[in-house]
Parts: sequence; C-alpha cells; structure tokens
Amino acid sequence: MRGYRPGPVALFVALLVAVFLLMPLLAVVPVSFTPSRMLSMPTGALSLRHYRTLIEDPRWLDSILFSLRVGIFSSTLATLFALAFSLGIWMFRPRFAAVLVGFVLLPMIVPPVVSAITLYFLLTTLSGLGSAVGYDTWPGVVLAHTVVIVPFAVVLILVSLAQVDRRIDLAARGLGASTWERATKIIIPNIKFGIATAWLLSFVLSWEEIGITLFITSVNAITLPRLMWMGLRDNIDPAIAAISVILILITVTVLTVRIVYRWARGLA
Amino acid sequence: MRSHFIHPGAALLLAPLLAFLGLAYGIPFLGVVKWSFTLPELGLGQYGTLLTDPLVQSVFVRTFRICALVTLASVTAAYVIAYVWVRGTTGQRLAAEYCILVPFWISVLTRAFGWVALLSNQGLINTWLRAIGILDEPLMLVRNEFGVIVGMAHFLIPFAVFPIASAMRNLDERVLLAARGMGGGRARIFWSVFVPMTMPGIIGAALIVFVFALGFFVTPSILGGGRSVMVAELVYLRIFQSPDWGLGAAISITLVVIVGLLSTALYRYLRPAQMVG
Repeated sequence: MRGYRPGPVALFVALLVAVFLLMPLLAVVPVSFTPSRMLSMPTGALSLRHYRTLIEDPRWLDSILFSLRVGIFSSTLATLFALAFSLGIWMFRPRFAAVLVGFVLLPMIVPPVVSAITLYFLLTTLSGLGSAVGYDTWPGVVLAHTVVIVPFAVVLILVSLAQVDRRIDLAARGLGASTWERATKIIIPNIKFGIATAWLLSFVLSWEEIGITLFITSVNAITLPRLMWMGLRDNIDPAIAAISVILILITVTVLTVRIVYRWARGLA
Repeated sequence: MRSHFIHPGAALLLAPLLAFLGLAYGIPFLGVVKWSFTLPELGLGQYGTLLTDPLVQSVFVRTFRICALVTLASVTAAYVIAYVWVRGTTGQRLAAEYCILVPFWISVLTRAFGWVALLSNQGLINTWLRAIGILDEPLMLVRNEFGVIVGMAHFLIPFAVFPIASAMRNLDERVLLAARGMGGGRARIFWSVFVPMTMPGIIGAALIVFVFALGFFVTPSILGGGRSVMVAELVYLRIFQSPDWGLGAAISITLVVIVGLLSTALYRYLRPAQMVG
C-alpha cells in the first residue's frame, strides 16, 4: 500500500528533524575558515590557516599516523578473531551457542565507561608486570580497541553467514572435504564481502574511538580523537574545525557513493 | 556433528576469541569488582557512599533525568524521520536515509564540536540572534543541561531510527487498507492503527536509547562543560582527578547492574530478530 504516504504535517516535522541532524555538521564549515586563533565566527575574512596548522603542526600528522596504525592492527585482529569464532558457531552449532555469542557481545552492551575502567585495570596491571603492552602504549591501545570492536565484527560476520546456503557446505562435506577445506574453499569465499565490511567497520570504530582511549592513554599514545579531545577541553582550538570538515567530507563522499550505488541497483 | 560434546575443530575455532575476551575483559572486570570492595579498605563502604553521599546521588538523579528527556526527544524525532524513510516517496526516502546515515557515521567528537560551534556564546546561533537584534546578552545554550540533551539526542536519533523503521516495515499493509476501507481518515489511521502497531519498535528504541545514554561520556563532558556531570564522567573524575578508584569501580558496577536489568527487559520484550532487520 504505497499509497499511504506521509502527509504535510509529518513531512514538515521530518524536515525540522533533518535540519537538526545536519546543522552541527554544517556549522563547523564556516568556523574552519576563520582567520582567528581562537574559536570565532566568520566575519567576512577567510583564511586557510587552520588547514595549514594540520599540515605544519607535527602533532596532528603524528596522531593521524598513530590512529591509522592502531586501526589497522586492531581491526585485523578483531576480524580474524571474529571470523574464526563465527565459523565455529556456524559449522559446528555447538551446545550453548547462544551463551557463547552472548558472552562475546558483552563489550558492545556494557556501558563504554565500564569497559574503559575494566581495560584501565588490565593495562595498568600489565604495565606493573613490566609488559610492553600496557598503559599509554600503542600495543595497549590496540588490545583495548580489539576488545571493544570485536563484537561488531562478530555480528556482521554471523549475519553474512546466515545468508550462506547450508546445502553447499553439505555437498562439500558429502564429497569428502575436510573442515579446513570447507572453511577456506567453500564458506569464506561466500562471505568475503561480509568479512571486508567487518574489517572496514572495525577500522572506522577504532579510528573514532575516544571513550575507552581516554582512560588508557596519557601523553605517549595520542590517537587523533584523543588530540581533538585535548583541543576541545582545554581551549577550543579551531584546527579541530578544519580536521572535522575533512572527516565529514570523507564520510559524506563514501556514503554518497554507497547510497547512490545501492539505490541505483535497487531501482534498476 | 552433535555426537561430540565439543568437536575438536569447533574448539580450535571458538577458543581464540573466548580466551582473548576472557583474559582481556572477563578477568579484569572481576578485578574492577574487587576494587569496589577493597579500595580503600575491605568492605561495602563504597556502596554505602553510593547510597548516602548527596553528591553521588545528585549525579545519579541528574543522569536519569537527562536520559529520560533524551529518550523522549530522540524517539519522537526518530519516529518522524523513520516514518518518511519507510513510507515516503522515492525522493523523500533517499533524503531521509541521507539525514540518518551521515550523522550516524560521523564521530561523536566532531558532532560535539559542531554543537559547540552552534551553541556557544560566540557561536553561530547567538551571533545571528544578536546580529538581527533579538538579543543583547548571549543565550546560555551550552555548558549546561540543555546543551547536553541536545548533543546526546543528536547522537542517539539514528540508533532509535533502526528499530522503529524495522517495526514500520514489518507492519502488514492490509491492516492499513482495512482501516481505510472502514472509513478511517489519515490522522485517525495514524494514531489508532499505525502508532499502536509499531509500539514494539518504539519501546525497543526507547530502551536502546536509554541504556546507551546512561553510559554516555564524551558529549556530556564537552557540552556540559563540567557543570552537569553525568555518571560516566563521575567515574572518569574519580579515577583520574581525585584518585578514588574504589568509588569509580562501585559506580561502574552499579551501572552494569542497571543496564543488565534494562537489557533483560529489552530482550524479553522484543524478539532479538526484530532488532537486526
């Protein structure tokens, strides 16, 4: 019944909500072009100084490289863990599967601040043992990020496994394929897009993570969000507006490509 | 395959993640539980503080009040935009999808900063209002509860949209046809058929938003400016500023218990399958 469309009142209220959703994203654009050293509003003069700061101040570049390294390591780890676990659940349907899945999803459900204090406990304990994986180190950040992003990777891989036709696997098994062959030659090729999506989502989550990172880093391990946080808390540094505009542009571009692609395919 | 209690292949595949999370998350969590009972001395002292200290209690009360208002605002806004996303014309649906997904993928810090740029004393809204001559003094829009609620609702609307949209999609079209056939006008159909039948989505969205909001940290500390501290920020302050790890741990454990109870309610109320779709 496609005839049941939103009326003018609903459309008007939805428009207000849409403006509310997009407004803060648009607001950073004029701020990023102001010439002033402090957060200020555009007065007519335009300047690229905040964009220049991003290139000239090594702290920004360092934190971007740091975030990239952490993101690549932690999303790869999380995807591998999640892939093995999900294959185990799908291929063997173990007893208590629901309990096992529930357990690995915990870091997603537990409030971030509780995960943060838990990981703070872990990393300070490891630091006390003299381990290189400890508080305020990059392997420590990788470890913590892996814990909090792995549930998302598990969900995505389980969802793509649910769409695999079990009869293909049954046929392979009937023809004498070993567990290893079934996994690598039959199942993984069928979910490779799901795996790639899981890696990408994990990377984005790690790249943006701040709630946990704040608890486990102080001066050495500075991710990009951590640096933005420091600029936001202390004195509002307009370079944040410039980096925000760049991050928003990247997101909008990727999403536009994806949405247009999906709609074009769906409507074709 | 079910003949083994646990197949060796299954063990090999399942063990790495279970062991990793057990060691890196499960055991440290028990360590935090231990902190809450042992720091600074053995006993239930920190939980006693939780129940009696007026400061801690006021933070809990404020957190619940903010979460309730944020839930109300987010679910209402999400319902409207989900309605257009599910039932609109092609163009409207595309526009709605865009407005939901773009903020969803943008980091919490960028969004909080966007609100600072809009709402602060030298922000866009105050500048415009003064330029037009409506205001002499800047309106206090941020570094208070208002700013926190606006920022959190903005963050949580997309999360509320997904369960609501899913409930709207699952609605049997024939029910609406029948309602119209029996002479219902559009407002009547909306309020007495459409809204009640999507109620599971509304309640699911409300619980998700409320649970998320309880543990919120970044948006309140930036937009609240230290004036309207919520529970999660209190934990941060107890860990890093006053070092009082025992109280920080006790607050965290209390938060887990509350979220656990609410999540159980959510799970009972909604079939989990509905949440994903």
